[in-house]
Amino acid sequence: MSIRKIFEDELAELKTQLVEMCRLTEQMISDAITALVNKDRELGKSIGVMDKRVDEYEMAIEKRCMRILLKQQPVAKDFRQVSTALKMITDIERFGDQAADIGELVYSMPGEKYIKELTHTKAMGNLAVKMVRESVNSFINNDEKLADEVITLDDQMDELFATVKTELIELIKKDGSNGDQGIELMMVAKYLERIGDHAVNVAEWTKYNETGVHQKF
Amino acid sequence: MNEFIGNMDITAKNCNLFYGDFQALKNINIEIPEKQVTAFIGPSGCGKSTFLKIFNRMNDLVEGCRIEGDFRIGGIDIFDKETDVNLLRKNVGMVFQKPNPFPMSIYDNIAFAPRTFGITKKSELDEIVEKSLRRASIWDEVKDRLRKNALGMSGGQQQRLCIARSLAASPKVLLMDEPTSALDPISTGKIEELMEDLKKDITIVIVTHNMQQATRIADRTAFFLLGELIEYGNTDDIFTSPKDERTERYITGRFG
Repeated sequence: MSIRKIFEDELAELKTQLVEMCRLTEQMISDAITALVNKDRELGKSIGVMDKRVDEYEMAIEKRCMRILLKQQPVAKDFRQVSTALKMITDIERFGDQAADIGELVYSMPGEKYIKELTHTKAMGNLAVKMVRESVNSFINNDEKLADEVITLDDQMDELFATVKTELIELIKKDGSNGDQGIELMMVAKYLERIGDHAVNVAEWTKYNETGVHQKF
Repeated sequence: MNEFIGNMDITAKNCNLFYGDFQALKNINIEIPEKQVTAFIGPSGCGKSTFLKIFNRMNDLVEGCRIEGDFRIGGIDIFDKETDVNLLRKNVGMVFQKPNPFPMSIYDNIAFAPRTFGITKKSELDEIVEKSLRRASIWDEVKDRLRKNALGMSGGQQQRLCIARSLAASPKVLLMDEPTSALDPISTGKIEELMEDLKKDITIVIVTHNMQQATRIADRTAFFLLGELIEYGNTDDIFTSPKDERTERYITGRFG
């Protein structure tokens, strides 16, 4: 097998692992929201177990990238792809962390009736899953336009976060006993908002991969 | 007579070179800044060594070789009739792929050029020999056997001796044609360090097939293909985001 072929196979394998890692975090975010809505403490707890697998993916991909850098000493687009993957996994790992944090929060919540409808929080969850999937897909498919879309979607995420925040402040102002749950729901919203930020980071790295310029949005 | 003084930028304008009917270089235009390392890369036969050799007129001796264009070092037209070829070669040293020490002592190898330029006083020659060998990072290895034949040295030492021999003529420009391709990594490392050090005073142009070497040592890189200069720019840019698809394909090993 030619050296170039070995490199291309390594790169293909790297992308497969990235997609698997990403799908796992999508499932975790989705489960975290389901656990929250259904007050399913066991489902919340199980997300932590999935997070260990995300960490294993991160280590495996990191090792693969290091090996490619060492053995192939890639340049140009090859170099950008490997360095992009190496940077991206930090953000993908954070997707998992934030989902696991929500799961843990659900597990520790006493299961009382919610002080508000979770419409906006659910919308944030769906948006987070979409941004996560599209950010990683934009890299896999060399799709700069999709990366731009992810960056734009973050404005929606920020708006939703602002809405949830205002609602919760009002509820706590109205009745101090809403405080505990109000803060917990605020934390869930913040975790989801952070997932959006990490997806933007991934999209920025995709743009670097395509253009050679790394720009913060 | 034209003297080489001041800024040692190298420029070539509208360069065409023919071996008989075969055109080996096609309309090359380049400006190489002084006191930097510039690497020429490209597949075998792309014309990079041919182009390098123009700058100390090594091609003058090649039968059937015809050169068109304007070539200047430090603003001096190197093909002008007022330009003394010997003086040009004193100022523009050359190191080749295969070390080529003269079959004489280490001392005489280094003293050869200064003697040619009329220096005969022993103390003066001693000083030039020591200084040149020190600059080429080989003094400590050979200081006790300066009278021994240079052909008894290792390949890496012979190559550094050849660099020292070039330096003895106090060149302003050093042309290096794959200077480390026959050397082990330690000797290669020494020569790369040496280039880093020399560029404080000297303009260096190196032909290399080793992409990693170009990324390590060159400030600027020029990619040649089939006698054309395809892309030229900062080394970091060439190796992370080349603009031309042909450069990309060559450096990533996908050419052909």
